Amino acid sequence: MKNGIDEKDPRFKVANKEALIGIILVIINFLWWFGFAYGMGSESVENYSYIMGLPAWFFYSCVGGFILMVLLVIFVVKFFFKDVPFEDEGGESE
Amino acid sequence: MNWAVILPFLIILFAFFIIGLWASKPLAKSNSFLQDYFLGDRQLGGFILAMTMVATYGSASSFIGGPGIAYTQGLGWVLLSMAQLATGYFVLMILGKKFAIVVRKYKAITLVDFLKERYQSKWVVLLSAFSIIIFLFSSMGAQWVGGGVLIESLTGLSYTTSLFIFALSAIVYVILGGFRAVALTDVLQGVVMFVGTLTLLIGTIIAGGGIENIIAELTAENPNLITPFGFDGGLKPLYVSSFWILVGIGVVGLPQITVRAMSYKNSKAMHQAIIVSTIVVGFIMLGMHLIGVFARPILPGIEKGDTVMPLLAMEVLPAWLAGVVLAAPMAAIMSTVNALLLLVSSAIVKDVYVNYMKPDASEKAVKNISLMVTTIIGILVFLMALSPPDFIIWLNLFAFGGLEAAFIWPVILGLYWQKGNKYGAVFSMIIGVGSYILFDSFYPNAFGMHTVTLPIILSLVAYVVGSLATKQEVKLG
Repeated sequence: MKNGIDEKDPRFKVANKEALIGIILVIINFLWWFGFAYGMGSESVENYSYIMGLPAWFFYSCVGGFILMVLLVIFVVKFFFKDVPFEDEGGESE
Repeated sequence: MNWAVILPFLIILFAFFIIGLWASKPLAKSNSFLQDYFLGDRQLGGFILAMTMVATYGSASSFIGGPGIAYTQGLGWVLLSMAQLATGYFVLMILGKKFAIVVRKYKAITLVDFLKERYQSKWVVLLSAFSIIIFLFSSMGAQWVGGGVLIESLTGLSYTTSLFIFALSAIVYVILGGFRAVALTDVLQGVVMFVGTLTLLIGTIIAGGGIENIIAELTAENPNLITPFGFDGGLKPLYVSSFWILVGIGVVGLPQITVRAMSYKNSKAMHQAIIVSTIVVGFIMLGMHLIGVFARPILPGIEKGDTVMPLLAMEVLPAWLAGVVLAAPMAAIMSTVNALLLLVSSAIVKDVYVNYMKPDASEKAVKNISLMVTTIIGILVFLMALSPPDFIIWLNLFAFGGLEAAFIWPVILGLYWQKGNKYGAVFSMIIGVGSYILFDSFYPNAFGMHTVTLPIILSLVAYVVGSLATKQEVKLG
């Protein structure tokens, strides 16, 4: 019970798992962003292809990456995130 | 004066004022002034929470500075700015439920309260409060200058008068409504920022003859503008990637953001906020910086980057719509300023005064002091912004990175690592801020990365080593 925090509190298990999901999402986000930007963007400009008027590297990395992350975030929040009470049970209710 | 532009702008400023008044009502009869004034009584719903994070984070740089640099650098700078997409979900997921539960248990009202309970150390508290006051005070100065300049360029009034108008409207409603007023106006400001970005993006694409046409003109002018490497090939992948630390994951350490992770009502609100803020942050960052790049063929040859966005709005939109859109950067600056103003006064009143000078101060005395301190700080910042001293400009440059280097590990490891202790925290803050200042002065952008990268790594090492080395002592003590 160091400083009043009980590490065995089952709510913390949920919280730890969700923090881990946050880290995984950031890694996916970064790899996608980096991969398309420098993978496709390093070619010479004459060889660029275009999607909706934007260079393909930019479209995939920034526009596509944004849409992907929004979908991923909605997905994990809906399916992996659990509702837990923040107040202690039996504590004073406000 | 161009009234067609100014009028919609004024209407929006006025709306902020009304909201501040309205939000102050529950405060008058509140029986827990501190918690209510500084935290809105932890009753924020998901949408409000998301908007208040977006509005606090989106500052002068997202709307004025950023698009100006994108104008010069091309798509490479838009790529860099997209590192900020991570802030939308990462902060709330990492601090998340654990932080919410722990701060309730500690009855913490500020970030410093959390650190105080967690580390039980006077030094941690004083160091944190000191960093917050110094760094945030100076970064507030820069935002006020931005607000003054914007009103000046819109109205043609003198800088002093413009700054006075800005300062007065900002201070009045922070004093009236506290956190609740700030949070509620943040919602309006967040919406204005979102709609403003969308409107200006569409207007710019139409004025430029479609995206395809704009990109073709950019390529004709300088093919580098449409590569990820910047107009002169100077944006190296490692350098651009290191911004993921400064404006992406490091944001977890910013007190003005952290305090928002203390204020949500329940886990449902948190879930909703994660989704909304990812969408809104991503859209604003992508949109505003893209606008900066697209402005280039439409308004070639702009010398001062900061003027790109206002000039573009007045060029491509009808006057009244330009007024509404230009309220967006105003909203961004104001909401940042308000958050900072509140945070600096909470550091002084709550963290230093109530903790160490007068723990038995009555509710009423605390209330009067809070309002007084907020006003005094407001006036000081106003005086400072009238003729900003060089020292302040210098400090502001690394307020962002300095706060991250100071707080990121004491907060994150304090939450998730049991062995972390006060020695680790103090050590980490000193090393983090100290090495940041040294690197910035003597070896900026070390090894081709943004200056903040190494201090964040060093402060991590300091925290871990400091905590492990003193483990024995803690057990004895």
